[in-house]
Amino acid sequence: MAPALAWLTALMVVPCALVLALAFFRRGIYGGIEYTFTLENFGLVFDPLYAGIFLNSARIAGTATLIAVVIGYGAAYAIAAAPRRWQPVFLFFAVLPFWSNYLIRTYAWIVLLNREGLITQLLRWFGYTGEPPSMLYTEGAVIAGLVYNYLPFVVLACYAPLSRLNPELAEASRDLGASAMTTFRRVILPLTVPGIAAGAVFVFVLSIGNFVTPALLGGGRFQMIGNLVYDQFLTANDWPFGAALAMALIAIMLLVLTAQSLAADRAAGRIAEAKGAADG
Amino acid sequence: MNQSFARTFGMRTILVLVFAFLYIPIAVLVALSFNQGGLPTVWSGFSLKWYASLAGNAAILSAALNTLIVALVSTAIATLLGTLLAIGVEMRRQYGRGLEALIFAPMIIPDIVLAIALLSFFSLLDFTLGLHTIILAHVVFNLAFVCSVVRARLKSFDWSIVEASADLGASALTTFRRVTLPVILPAVVAGALLAFTLSVDEFIIAFFTAGAGRASTTLPMQIYSMIRFGITPEINALATIVMAVSITALTLSQRLNRGVIGQ
Repeated sequence: MAPALAWLTALMVVPCALVLALAFFRRGIYGGIEYTFTLENFGLVFDPLYAGIFLNSARIAGTATLIAVVIGYGAAYAIAAAPRRWQPVFLFFAVLPFWSNYLIRTYAWIVLLNREGLITQLLRWFGYTGEPPSMLYTEGAVIAGLVYNYLPFVVLACYAPLSRLNPELAEASRDLGASAMTTFRRVILPLTVPGIAAGAVFVFVLSIGNFVTPALLGGGRFQMIGNLVYDQFLTANDWPFGAALAMALIAIMLLVLTAQSLAADRAAGRIAEAKGAADG
Repeated sequence: MNQSFARTFGMRTILVLVFAFLYIPIAVLVALSFNQGGLPTVWSGFSLKWYASLAGNAAILSAALNTLIVALVSTAIATLLGTLLAIGVEMRRQYGRGLEALIFAPMIIPDIVLAIALLSFFSLLDFTLGLHTIILAHVVFNLAFVCSVVRARLKSFDWSIVEASADLGASALTTFRRVTLPVILPAVVAGALLAFTLSVDEFIIAFFTAGAGRASTTLPMQIYSMIRFGITPEINALATIVMAVSITALTLSQRLNRGVIGQ
């Protein structure tokens, strides 16, 4: 046990603490680090220019999360409704792409979306003769890439509570006169909130800190926080500011995780209440 | 009757659409890797020539070798450390919040943050960057994943048989080798395969901890620089091989450890 904990401490905790410390220093004139205490870097995070990038990242990540949750929940629902013996097979194939290389999955979208890509060819085949539409290097391409890459996790997270759902609950609701829509909204959805929350948090956290997708599918035109951090460390050579940005990223992540655990607790409370009412 | 037909039909439509969304991009990529023409997106006949040209590309071969070294060494270390960690945590059954967070953190922390943290750390210590620093970095997240796979298996483990073995006079090592290990072996191998795949595919942390130069370029770094340069049928061929390797490893891992990864 000790060697593993030592490894994690030396190569994760200490380096992360170092980044936190770095964020309070000043950038040297020639790009090095000047060891005088300052809060400037955190002030700069809230500078309109950079705060704008944060908001933009949050918007892109939020949109991707919303789309991934809607598609992923639908897929999980359809898998849970399939015959029992097929469910593990469907689930396996829904998750399989997730385990292949992230860069390659993103690259596959460049192949699809580029000006001579499959979508343009399909349009031509249907008789379209105009200019090829420019789909690559747009915000839409970045969002599509994020949804594509993280969808399997939403399916997985939503399937767990859906498959455990007692079908008698939905039947009881229908017998008591609720419509299919009401049954879904008042019975099924609340019971599966923990799965939705887990999936949403995963997509949001990984999207907002993403570096590869905006770089490749946004063509560098859509800067997100991950790209900004990258630039500070590898091109602008302002490590203290890069460190402050990274810490802001971690702060957002912790905030989202806390919100998720609160949502999960509330849902658990509701489920216990419902069980109590049913038993009493 | 009618309603349930509509429902089944709706569910099937959703499944078909979702699987089309997930697999068409990959299928197009794979199909184009067998394309004869140099145009990366227009089909002009079957050919294996891009696979042959890969075999003659020294940069790609050396990157592949580097990736293999990093993945094998970091997987070996992570499997050992992660398994011991899992046993230690599960045997004591003390789930301190701090400990849980420490083990969970490498799986959730954004890659870019861990990458810059390690770069800062190594440069502060004046470490020369290279394959060894990538290995040190990869063990961090690999050991967390191995640990979580093995722990899932140990949840249903009956620790009284360990006590029985000790009571019968077996040493701690013999007990581990003859009692604990056989039970958890499928999970250990599954965890190792998962770690291997993660390491083979990992790009950002390797990119930051590799330092400059060809000598420590890994395959994902090579692929990234090729993609930035443009689409070529050669990348499609390379992508197909890399995907085949990770998907095979993960399918094996899943079979060995039914249900654990799928949870």
